[in-house]
Formats: sequence, C-alpha cells, structure tokens
Amino acid sequence: MEAYQIYSLTSAVLFAIGIGGVFASKHFIKKIIATIIMGGGVFLAFVSFAERDALTFADPVPHALVITGIVVAVASGAFALALARRIYQLTGEESFNNEK
Amino acid sequence: MTELPTSPFPALLVGLPILMATMSLFFKSRREAVVGLTGSILTVVLSVFAIVDVMRHGTVIHILGGWEPPLGILLRMDSLAAVFIGMTAVVGAFISLYAWWYFRDQETGTFKFPLFWPLWLFLWAGLNGLFLSNDLFNLFVTIEVVGICAVALAVLSGKTTALFAGLRYLLAAIVGSMSYLFGTALLYGSTGVLDLGLLGQVLEPGTTSTFALLVITIGLMIKMAGFPFHFWLPPAHSSALAPVSALLSALVVKGAFYILLRLWMEVFGVSLTFAAGQLIGIAGAIAVVWGSWQAFMQTNLKLIVAHSSVAQLGYLLMIFPLLVLAPGVTTGSADWLSPVWTAGIYQVLAHAFAKSSFFLSAGIIIIAFGNDRIESLRDLVSRMPMTVMAIGLAGVSLIGLPPSGGFVAKWMLLQGIFLSGQWWWAPAVLAGSLLAAGYVFRILRLAFAPAHKKETYRPVPKGLQLCALLLALGSFLIVLPADYLIQFLETSEVFGSGIESIVEGGNYGNN
Repeated sequence: MEAYQIYSLTSAVLFAIGIGGVFASKHFIKKIIATIIMGGGVFLAFVSFAERDALTFADPVPHALVITGIVVAVASGAFALALARRIYQLTGEESFNNEK
Repeated sequence: MTELPTSPFPALLVGLPILMATMSLFFKSRREAVVGLTGSILTVVLSVFAIVDVMRHGTVIHILGGWEPPLGILLRMDSLAAVFIGMTAVVGAFISLYAWWYFRDQETGTFKFPLFWPLWLFLWAGLNGLFLSNDLFNLFVTIEVVGICAVALAVLSGKTTALFAGLRYLLAAIVGSMSYLFGTALLYGSTGVLDLGLLGQVLEPGTTSTFALLVITIGLMIKMAGFPFHFWLPPAHSSALAPVSALLSALVVKGAFYILLRLWMEVFGVSLTFAAGQLIGIAGAIAVVWGSWQAFMQTNLKLIVAHSSVAQLGYLLMIFPLLVLAPGVTTGSADWLSPVWTAGIYQVLAHAFAKSSFFLSAGIIIIAFGNDRIESLRDLVSRMPMTVMAIGLAGVSLIGLPPSGGFVAKWMLLQGIFLSGQWWWAPAVLAGSLLAAGYVFRILRLAFAPAHKKETYRPVPKGLQLCALLLALGSFLIVLPADYLIQFLETSEVFGSGIESIVEGGNYGNN
C-alpha cells in the first residue's frame, strides 16, 4: 500500500468519525470537536491528493486550498465555541436536550 | 474563457460591500448605521450598472489582479448570475431601509444592534461573490462567508432561543460545508482542476465522481434546508430579528440552491442518472407537503412563515427531476426544459419577494403587539390596513394564485411536469398550494375578525409598513417583464439546458 493511499483512507475514516460524532454526541463541545475532526479528515484528503502521478514535486494548489480551509474552519469553530459558552453563561445548558 | 469581454463590475460587486462593511466597523451606533445604509445604497446602484453591462455585452468576466486561472481567481457574470444579483439588490435595498427604521429608537434617535450593518454588508459581498464564482473552491469560501455572517445575524438579538437556534444552524452549516469541501477534494484529486467549465469537460463517470456528487449534494442540501435536513431552519429563522429573518429566508438559502443548480448543470452531467433526479425530487415533494402541513399547524406567525420556507424550497428541489432527462431523451426533443427553468427562476424570485415581505410584516406585528401569536392579529385590518394588504399579497404569491410570481412558478412547473410525462409530481404541487392557502387564510381570517377586547398596541412607523407592502407588490410586478427576463436569461449557457443522463458507462443506479 502506498503512502497516499494510507492518508486517503485515514481521511475517509476521520470524516466518518466526525460526521458520526456530530449527530451521536449530545454535549456542545463534543459536537464542535466532531466538526473539527471532520475538517481534519477533509484537509488530510486534500494534502494526500497533492502527490500526483508524473510529478516529481508536490502539487502546490491543494496546500493553498488547505491553508484557506483551515482558516475558515478555525473561524467557524471559534464562533461555535463562543456561542456554546454564551449559552452556558446564560442558561447553564451544555446540550440541546432542554432547549426551550 | 478569455475571449469574453472583461468588466470591472464583478470585482466591484464583491469589493464595495466588503469595503463599506469594514469602514462601518470604525464607527459607533448612529454613524455605523449611516455608513451601513450608504453602503447598501451604493451596492444597489453598482448592481444596476453591472446588470446593464451584462445586458449590453453578454457574459462578462473579471480576472482578479491580472492572475490568470488556474492560479488566479476568475469571476464570471452571466445572465443567470445577473438575475440573482439583481434579486439580492432589490430585496436587500428594501430590507436595508426597513432595518434603518426598525433599529432606530424613536425617542432617542440611537440605533440598536449596530453590528447588523457590517454583518449584512459582509453577507451581501459573500452572496455576490457566490453568484459570480466560477470554481469549486471559491464557491466554498463564499458560502462559508455567507454562512458565518448568516449565523452571526441570526443570534444578533442575544436571546437564549436565538442562541440555541444559532448554534444548531452553525453546526449544520459546518457539517454542510465540510461535506461540500470533501467532495471538492475528491474532484480535485481525480481531475486536477477546480474550474467549473473545465471540470464539466474532463470529469469521467466512476465511483469517485459519483461519491463526490453524493457528498456535495448532501452538503448543499443541508445548507439550503432541503428535506430531511430542514431541522435547523424553522427555529433559526423564526427566532432572529425581523430584518434578519427576511434576509436569511429570501437570500441566504438561495445561495446554496444556486450552487447546487450550477454544479448539477455544468459539472456533474456525466455522473447523474435519472434515479438521482427522482431522488432529489422526492425530497422536494415531501418538503412541500410536510413543510406546508407544519406551517398550517403553528400558532405563531414567524413559525408559520419559517415552516412555509421549507415548503417553498421544496418546489425548487422539484425542478431537478425534470431537468435530468430519462435515458434516450435528448435536450433537443425535451420541450419541457424551458417551462421548468422559468418555473425555477420565478420560484426563486417570487419566494424572495413574498417571504421577505411576510417576515417584515411579522416584525411590524411584533413591534405593535409585543408578540407574534396569531391570536393577536384579531381586527388587524382596522389598525394596520397596509400590513394586512402586504400579508395578503405575499400570501397570494406563496399560494400561487394569478397574477402573482408564485402563480407563474407553479403553473410553469405543472406544465413542465405534464409535458415531461412525470405526472407523479403534480399531486405534491397541488397539495402544497392547498395547504399554503390554508395557512394564509388562517392568518387573514383572524386579521378580519372582530377583536374580543380592546388590546393596546404601539403605533408602527409608516416607512416599515411601506417597505413590506412594496416587497409584496414586487412579487406581482416581476410577472410583467416575464418575456424580457426569459429572453435575457437565454443568453446564459446553462439556462434551458438539460442533463442527458447516461445509459452506459457509469452504471450507478441505472441499469
């Protein structure tokens, strides 16, 4: 098995863990972490595709895309954490269970 | 690509709102609102110039910073993008004016929620960028800008219900965009291109492209609240402030629909099968019936309107099964494509006008009575005839009675359904209209019913009521230039085209 295949498969597994986690876990922080794991899977997929056939060097475009993607993921993750924190401060709730 | 005329407008349409949004952040309260409103007006003027430019020269492009693709970013404005930008400009202009009066404290002259303005302008820039983007990754970035601004606007009031709904919305949006990005990674990995036009030419049918189609479609369905991913929409749209609800339902969800339409038409031609179209159509049909039924069961005005959004978006999904042609049918022999496209565009426009007007009216009622229970609407007609008129007109367009834009959409959709022989979609369209009539007349009946007791209410500025009424009228006026609009749209490459589904080759769900 080649290196990029291992990376690609890992990325698919990470994506699946993340998407499962978002729906299965109750706690806000767990849900947010799950979305970040999803993001990790996607970025790994991009980077693993950078090793393209017939190229002696890595394709730079996926790296540029991943950098941008990470910025976006960090921003939305931080925003989600801020919302979760605010909800906790106002109501003491940590999940959607007792949502009014 | 490069032989198309270059124009500065596509870049300005994205740049100007960002510039004005950033500038408004330097000011506080009243001045922030002044800069924000100025930015909105300038963006509307710019949109008009850009659309006139497209009418004169046809599709125009702009290569940012002179960096040619694939390294640089190319913005393309064809007539389809122009129509969406025009819709954003007109609806956005009225919502901006409404927001100006809505957020102004009448006694002190100060402005509540001044952050509305920069966020709305960033959202506008994101939407314009989305309509103009021509590659997969740029679409991801713009839809993220739109998504984050939309959630920030939704939680602007800071109330607990809005925060819960906002977090749910944000989590759904992140999952949606990550799915979309995963599909983008797969497509880039297998083809090495991101440009939509190029991708459509080089993409080959196979497991990778089918899986990419699946994750991208699911991601965008989550973003546009297509059934069964609509769970986040009603709480988020109903708990937001009135001008924000109007923006979210009229414009934001249309962004994801626009990407879905563009990708299905331009990129995924080779991986789409007749069954895929039927599947998304079923999701749409269920959304129409389920959303309308839920709307009918609600007792709060804003929840009625929010659930009705789920239904109206369902109609948009129902155009896809008609656009994906059965094996053996060619684009030339499919005479229903033109009505179906007309239905899709008119549904987008009519829903944008009618729904924003409806939400703005709901905001007026909340100002007047302090709540939005439909029981408070009793005897509304003698107190605020203008708002009742607006609700009535918007409602007529949502039901699809002539001569509204909603009627054109539903009539053309039915025509397309019968011409294509896929008669099984017709009951859903009719049931949706009947249920819509149910929830609209439930509201109107109370508005004309006599009040039990004299309830106190706060007078509402005439300007607010006028904005809502004009938007409702807009959903009728869009019918007048119909011929011209369709002629204009036909200059776009995608408009009126269908997807000839494969018989041999991919063999996924299509033997």
